[in-house]
Amino acid sequence: MSLATGTADALSIYGEAISSRLLLGTSQYPSPDILRRSVEASGAEIVTVSLRRESSGDVKTGQHFFDLLKSFGARVLPNTAGCHTAREAITTAQMAREVFETDWIKLEVIANDDTLQPDVYGLVDAAEKLTRDGFKVLPYCTEDLSVAQRLVGAGCQVLMPWAAPIGSARGLMNPYGLKTLRAFYPDLPLIVDAGLGAPSHAALALEMGYDGVLINTAVAKAADSVAMAVAFAKAVEAGRIAYRSGIMPPRDMASPSSPVAGLALL
Amino acid sequence: MVNGEALATDATTLDSLCRELGFADAKIATALNGAFVPKTERITAELTDGDTVEILSPRQGG
Repeated sequence: MSLATGTADALSIYGEAISSRLLLGTSQYPSPDILRRSVEASGAEIVTVSLRRESSGDVKTGQHFFDLLKSFGARVLPNTAGCHTAREAITTAQMAREVFETDWIKLEVIANDDTLQPDVYGLVDAAEKLTRDGFKVLPYCTEDLSVAQRLVGAGCQVLMPWAAPIGSARGLMNPYGLKTLRAFYPDLPLIVDAGLGAPSHAALALEMGYDGVLINTAVAKAADSVAMAVAFAKAVEAGRIAYRSGIMPPRDMASPSSPVAGLALL
Repeated sequence: MVNGEALATDATTLDSLCRELGFADAKIATALNGAFVPKTERITAELTDGDTVEILSPRQGG
């Protein structure tokens, strides 16, 4: 059994065992077929989706995408992307629950359109109300510990801190903050969401002990999305295996790897 | 207003509006004046002039 695959090392999200620690977004792919093959290649068991206005001139757009989603066989995680207030996010979550038939919601309340930074006040407000309404909330948040505490207090059993602004591909901008959050919540599922651009970013998050990563743009916008999905899957697995294997701490000074004893005097 | 566009309609309920727009069997969710209206309650959700209706369906997302 691999150290990072299978039920022996499954990620538990709201009581559900998830074998793959790579979550995949479904947006911005060149075609539905490339999306389908990317999801398959990634091994992702959770894919994120959204709700948007249906056009009266083409009433089947949503149905077609829903049918495509069902063919993936993955669990669907709807988001509230684009919502700027708790009220908008709550209404969107309620609509998503009916359409996608799940009480899981990736809660996003956006504060700023340039950075897509979470509005942490609105986020906590919406999380409190949604958990009371029976939702299982996965909040897109910052690495701020005080916000994390409030979200956990609101009933969130998973947190999804950003690495960097959505779609920026900048990687882990505040590794210290992410390490602090991981250390403070050693047993809470933590999934890095947003801002990862390269598989090495994902591997680093897993090496730090994060439970998973959510990737969208880095795969969807790659020259070869399917191959990049494979690369992220391998990076996530490598990072997880490394974390569980015990990564040696850095040293300030050199330490010879060849034996010192028995050196010849020449 | 329906999905951000002005619409003149004879529909008196959200359910009849959805049918009028061809959404009778579509995979949609609805909101009236910013509040979610479940599918089972559309038939009793009465419309008045100036109402804002949102009709959403599944899309790709990150």
